[in-house]
Amino acid sequence: MATQHSRLAARIMVAPSVLLLFLWMIVPLLATIWFSFQNYNLLNPMLTGFAGFNNYYYFVTDVAFWGAVLHTLQIVLGVLFITVIGGIALALLLDRPFWGQGIVRVLMIAPFFVMPTVSALVWKNMFMNPVNGMFAHIAKGLGLQPYDFLAQAPLLSVILIVAWQWLPFATLILLTSLQSLDSEQMEAAEMDGAGWWSRFIYLTVPHLTRAITVVILIQTIFLLSVFAEIFVTTNGGPGTATTTITYLVYVQSLLNYDVGGGSAGGIIAVILANIVAFFVMRMIGKNLEA
Amino acid sequence: MARRVSNGQKALTTVLAWAVGLLIFFPILWTVLMSFHAEGDAIKSPFEMLSSPWTLASYGEVQERSNYTLHFFNSVVISVGSTVLALVIAIPGAWAMAFVPGRKTKDLLMWMLSTKMMPAVGVLIPMYLGFKNLGLLDTRTGLVIIMTLINLPIIIWMLYTYFKEIPGEILEAARMDGASLRSEIIHVLTPMAVPGIASTVLLNIILAWNEAFWTLQLTTHNAAPLTTFIASYSSPEGLFYAKLSAASTMAIAPILIMGWFSQKQLVRGLTFGAVK
Amino acid sequence: MTVTLRALLGASALLALSGAAMAETEITVATVNNGDMVRMQGLMDDFYKKHPDIKVNWVTLEENVLRQKVTTDIATKGGQFDVLTIGTYEVPIWGKQGWLVPLDDLPASYDKADLLPAIAGGLTVDGHLMASPFYGESSMVMYRTDLMEKAGLKMPEKPTWDDIKKAAAAMTDKSKEQYGICLRGKAGWGENMAFLTAMSNSFGARWFDENWKPQFDQAAWHDTLAFYLDLMTNYGPPGASNNGFNENLALFQQGHCGMWIDATVAASFVTGKDSTVADKVGFALAPDMGKGKRGNWLWAWALAIPAGSQKVDAAKTFIDWATNKDYLALVASKEGWANVPPGTRTSLYANPEYAKVPFAKMTLDSINSADPTHPTVDPVPYVGVQFAAIPEFQGIGTQVGQIFSAVLAGTTSLEDGLKQAQDSTTAAMTKAGYIK
Repeated sequence: MATQHSRLAARIMVAPSVLLLFLWMIVPLLATIWFSFQNYNLLNPMLTGFAGFNNYYYFVTDVAFWGAVLHTLQIVLGVLFITVIGGIALALLLDRPFWGQGIVRVLMIAPFFVMPTVSALVWKNMFMNPVNGMFAHIAKGLGLQPYDFLAQAPLLSVILIVAWQWLPFATLILLTSLQSLDSEQMEAAEMDGAGWWSRFIYLTVPHLTRAITVVILIQTIFLLSVFAEIFVTTNGGPGTATTTITYLVYVQSLLNYDVGGGSAGGIIAVILANIVAFFVMRMIGKNLEA
Repeated sequence: MARRVSNGQKALTTVLAWAVGLLIFFPILWTVLMSFHAEGDAIKSPFEMLSSPWTLASYGEVQERSNYTLHFFNSVVISVGSTVLALVIAIPGAWAMAFVPGRKTKDLLMWMLSTKMMPAVGVLIPMYLGFKNLGLLDTRTGLVIIMTLINLPIIIWMLYTYFKEIPGEILEAARMDGASLRSEIIHVLTPMAVPGIASTVLLNIILAWNEAFWTLQLTTHNAAPLTTFIASYSSPEGLFYAKLSAASTMAIAPILIMGWFSQKQLVRGLTFGAVK
Repeated sequence: MTVTLRALLGASALLALSGAAMAETEITVATVNNGDMVRMQGLMDDFYKKHPDIKVNWVTLEENVLRQKVTTDIATKGGQFDVLTIGTYEVPIWGKQGWLVPLDDLPASYDKADLLPAIAGGLTVDGHLMASPFYGESSMVMYRTDLMEKAGLKMPEKPTWDDIKKAAAAMTDKSKEQYGICLRGKAGWGENMAFLTAMSNSFGARWFDENWKPQFDQAAWHDTLAFYLDLMTNYGPPGASNNGFNENLALFQQGHCGMWIDATVAASFVTGKDSTVADKVGFALAPDMGKGKRGNWLWAWALAIPAGSQKVDAAKTFIDWATNKDYLALVASKEGWANVPPGTRTSLYANPEYAKVPFAKMTLDSINSADPTHPTVDPVPYVGVQFAAIPEFQGIGTQVGQIFSAVLAGTTSLEDGLKQAQDSTTAAMTKAGYIK
């Protein structure tokens, strides 16, 4: 079908996007690589010159480094787990007929529209604050000691806040996919005496696979760089309990103003992101081929 | 719905679905409620707060302290501008990849998505220096460019998956009739793709509206959008829950209302090709 | 002929232009969202009345965001701001780099000699005033007079840490959500480390010895932290590891705290309209351990002009307006003397009207008892009471702050915390070249 002519035209049409994205990738990347080998601290113009692998060495040997790798993975996996499982459950619920579907869907989708900064501020102050927050008021009402979420379970709290923002997204994609499920096939299976569970496992889940992959792919991209939620709620702490790679890079470049160290951290983050991406993409590639 | 459902079951589902919906929506609802109470009442227990007098005082104070109109205008310009610009660049590219796929098309798409994985904080200083030299600091133009680049991969991908669902025969028919490539895109393809484009536009306006790193770092006053507006109400001295609630409500209301009115459109295209 | 005409036209156009420019010099002022600065924004009518040719664009941000934006901009010479709000930590460092415009030629009515010496000293580099103080603060003890009375105790004017502990124990009643003492625990060099560093000075601890070797492995730091943990776990509020100035202020205003040791500027808030305990607050100097140093800090928020600004004259006009004596009188006439930005001018404390404000004397005494050039019991190579004025301190201080906040939250033990602090500080100082 594709003629020589249309192939050429296609190339020309893809060219602007590819070129722009290439520049957008390569220019900052080269600049970052360059800076990562320099002694460059914004606050100390005296400190200059080639740094060798010093910046990398200090970034990787930072006491928080391995914890940060772990926390990054925990946040990505934790949020994915909650949103995929929760999303399937909610999609199954919303797929059944009930009164007021339109309104409930509007209520459900709302968190996705909220700025991360705002949602972090709201959760931290109005809900999780151990003295004035809603949860503390409820605990006191029940005669319990208020639980201090951001100090006792900081990482889990961050995961919950982020999951709240992404649950609507997952639910909607899964719901749309569910609605395209062939109901005749379902009924046939029901006639054959297949129980709810086996229908779910053998018909629904395979049908949802593609949607689940899409949810995982899109969310992973955004979750790897979760920042505002941590910055607002815990500042990476207590200690380094919620310090992720992104946050550690922030600490280097905008708290220490160590551009060299921050750049080295940025490069390491890119490498780690690519490792994660490699696995995700392989998985996606398999599932999206059809 | 082919399946028959008893009214009892339907009632049960209704109760459950509403409970879950309200639970998920509750933090937003509570913020809005809190914004209509006095600072001293906002920190009281939930029932005491609801029974305290309602007031617009916090909105008045926020209005007086901040130039909401300017920030709102900037948010609109940046999110809409960047989405439109990205669309203009992305439509031909997505078209080409969908209808004239090569062996490398899939890799190309994945590579485009992977450009989104660069941690923004790591490249701030180089970008800041670049923006300074180009005179783009604190300009709407600069932010439109950045937001375009950030959202371009997602836009291309969404459009690609959408275009792929359009049957190729229609295009061939058009080609037989002697339609040029240009008119093929404008007169045949685009109308069919309108729903997909619409949801792409909506999703990207939302993403750009809520982007809080570059918008905060690269602006000061003239081009500062609502994300900066919020940053002046987070943890000031003294009681601030009511003022923060009011500012938050003002920052999210426009996008929330837009999202609600267009959610049907949005949902249709949010499938990323996951629905066959 | 044509040439002259053109020149004439050009000149008149230029005149018109400069006239227009005169009418519209826009300056961008970056400031923190603290109460006194917000109040200033509400008083801008007075400025516009006096200077109709200058328009001020405010960039009001939360402290951490502001500091980071302003630092990025000045260090890259971005030139986005004309007036910066910075503190006594930044001024000496930036002044030395040549990043600030000296404020030597402010009008005579500014009366530089009237500035409090302790505050002006911290803002002067090589004899030039680099920033004009907007408000100055130290720290002191604020306590609930009613609760002390009920406990049968009396707060000395110059308490020791043991007095504080005794009072905290007596005032704590957790069943009523009443905590004997509220202190900072939120990580940050300007949050928990400001308090802990000042506290450690009174315990005889120091950040570095004369060879820049970190001192967290010494007994004095162990004592400081152990005392702090004891106070906070037994008599402190829940969630203390996330409490900074603002959180504690809210707690105190609602009557949850028996005592609060924090910035002197808090005094006008705890006795102000949002406070439920406004008429029951007493003040005392920050505590000591009998080692010759008190646990109070010294800080000033000051207005400065970045070296890259194109509008230095308009910026100076603004700074003069915002920090001279007339401004204090303006605030007093509109909002009362208690709301005047404190801690910058001798004349304010000589004013009999201001002397009636309950916390005026204690603020001045606290400011005067802090000595940034000799902050510690043992000698140190740095200047600064609750910080060390070196560029690396923000990063180091924040990292140590994180560790101590984890110690307070109970996720790290005291010994491990001190060891981590020692190790990370040593690494950072080595990287920065202080330790060879």
